[in-house]
Amino acid sequence: MRKVAIVGTGIAKYGYRAEATLAEIAYEAIKEALDEARIGSEDIDSFIVGNVGSWSSEPLPAVLIGEYAGLVPKNGIRVEAACATGLAATRTAYNMIASGEADIVLVIGVEKMNESTTPQVVELIGRAGNYFWEFQNFGMTFPGYYAMYATSYIKRFGVKEEDLCEVAVKNHHYGSMNPKAHFQNRITVEQCMSSRYIAWPLKLYDSSPITDGAAALILASEDVARRITDSPIWIRGWGYANGTSNLSKRSDYIGLEATRVAAEMLYRRIGVDPKNPAKYFDVANLHDAFTIAELMALSDMGFVKKGEEHIVVREKQTYIGGLIPVNLDGGLKAKGHPIGATGVGMVVELTRQLQQRVENGRQAPIKRGWALAHNVGGTGHYVFTLALSVDKP
Amino acid sequence: MSSDKTIIKKLPEHIDRLSEEALSLIDNIVRETGLPIYQDPKTGAPMWLDVRELRLRYVIPIKSIEEFFKGLRDGVLRTTRCKECGTIYFPPQPDCPKCRVRNMEWINIESEGELITWTVINAKPLSFSHLKDYIVGIVKMPQGFNILAWINIDSHEKLTPGMKMRLKIGERDPEGYITYWFEPT
Repeated sequence: MRKVAIVGTGIAKYGYRAEATLAEIAYEAIKEALDEARIGSEDIDSFIVGNVGSWSSEPLPAVLIGEYAGLVPKNGIRVEAACATGLAATRTAYNMIASGEADIVLVIGVEKMNESTTPQVVELIGRAGNYFWEFQNFGMTFPGYYAMYATSYIKRFGVKEEDLCEVAVKNHHYGSMNPKAHFQNRITVEQCMSSRYIAWPLKLYDSSPITDGAAALILASEDVARRITDSPIWIRGWGYANGTSNLSKRSDYIGLEATRVAAEMLYRRIGVDPKNPAKYFDVANLHDAFTIAELMALSDMGFVKKGEEHIVVREKQTYIGGLIPVNLDGGLKAKGHPIGATGVGMVVELTRQLQQRVENGRQAPIKRGWALAHNVGGTGHYVFTLALSVDKP
Repeated sequence: MSSDKTIIKKLPEHIDRLSEEALSLIDNIVRETGLPIYQDPKTGAPMWLDVRELRLRYVIPIKSIEEFFKGLRDGVLRTTRCKECGTIYFPPQPDCPKCRVRNMEWINIESEGELITWTVINAKPLSFSHLKDYIVGIVKMPQGFNILAWINIDSHEKLTPGMKMRLKIGERDPEGYITYWFEPT
């Protein structure tokens, strides 16, 4: 397998983008990535579009974006793995280069969720579990699925709803310094606590928003990367796993087994002690579709013991200067969760973190030069983990 | 069952009402301006209002698990057990991936289980938006599998982990078709 580097990154403004189409938002990110890599669309061998769609009008986003971005007749396909679509798309591109099939592949994650109304979006994401057995008769929602975990976690470990809100406070804190974030306002625990329930015990402020957005990456083989840039970021390794379609079939409701399997796979492949991953990574993006998701990821990824996540968060150990800085771009919670773009956006953020070029106040100190991404699809239906490094693997 | 309870009336009427509002909005805008373009209320951006509506209602095969639905009519919840290895599947399925054979028997599900976890669906999907907030729980059944279903109780605050739950089968308001739910014993 050949080594694969990230040589260009781009990210569109996340948010409520009533003024822009899916292709336009995608191109906002593509243009930035091409500019960074100082290459043209003619240099791209293939492109992968991460998009879930169904709430947006265009059913073939890969050909739409291919035409708009001047990529025809180059081949591009859509890749989908629910909210983990972004890392699934990145992995597909990675494999094309690692296998020797391509030298330069463009990854685009994009979602235009606000082409549908909120009840329609709630409907479509709610169906993304097991449609027949859990939605048809029982009307589950995405917050509802995570709320099942939140209830179990809260009751088991004596955690308070305020503890969940601490995650939202942190992510809004860092989101306020990210000009591309959907929400750039700081919030307090009190504000979070007074927001309405969307799926008890989860409240509006425990939840990532419905976001339009796009992110892009240019991946290249080692030879090409050397020609393009003197500061590539390297893809160090991957982990991945799936969970059951039916939530009723999960082994427990205090963590995601798919995350534990994907973490173990990644750590084994790149030589990380699974009991002490904080020693290896300078910064992490952990999938915080809901506050409870970030808490569970902290232990499922091995950073803290199960049941002690809220203590670590209360002690600000997930801020810069703590045990492991988490979601310094604002996370899904404040930066936003444009489903197909989210994982790609994580990689853009971590690449820039490792290159020490994000905004003041949210740049992690880069000591060892390793970063970690964790992207969950659905409610632990898909999980991808990814390690990036400054040094070549 | 009174006619105002049927699925045919209840849900589509609710969604049609919402849809009709949008349709009459388009009509008015087209009549006044010649184009289905309106200003986004949040940002003022001009938006094209889709003049085509996509309506989807799936038809879903159930032949291999028809016994499950016969059971519902008889007031019994049933599921499949592999005759080769004894594995019980819920939801029921005709194939055992462990044995790679299709050789199932139908068993009755015991009526009592223990509550594992639950939530209240406050922000509802469009197709459930005609209902009051509902409680959904996951219950551990003595035969070694879990069932996700609504919990019929006046307040979620009365629920506790491990609480004994009884499986109920019947016509569920307001749509009137037969399904299953849990109630505290």
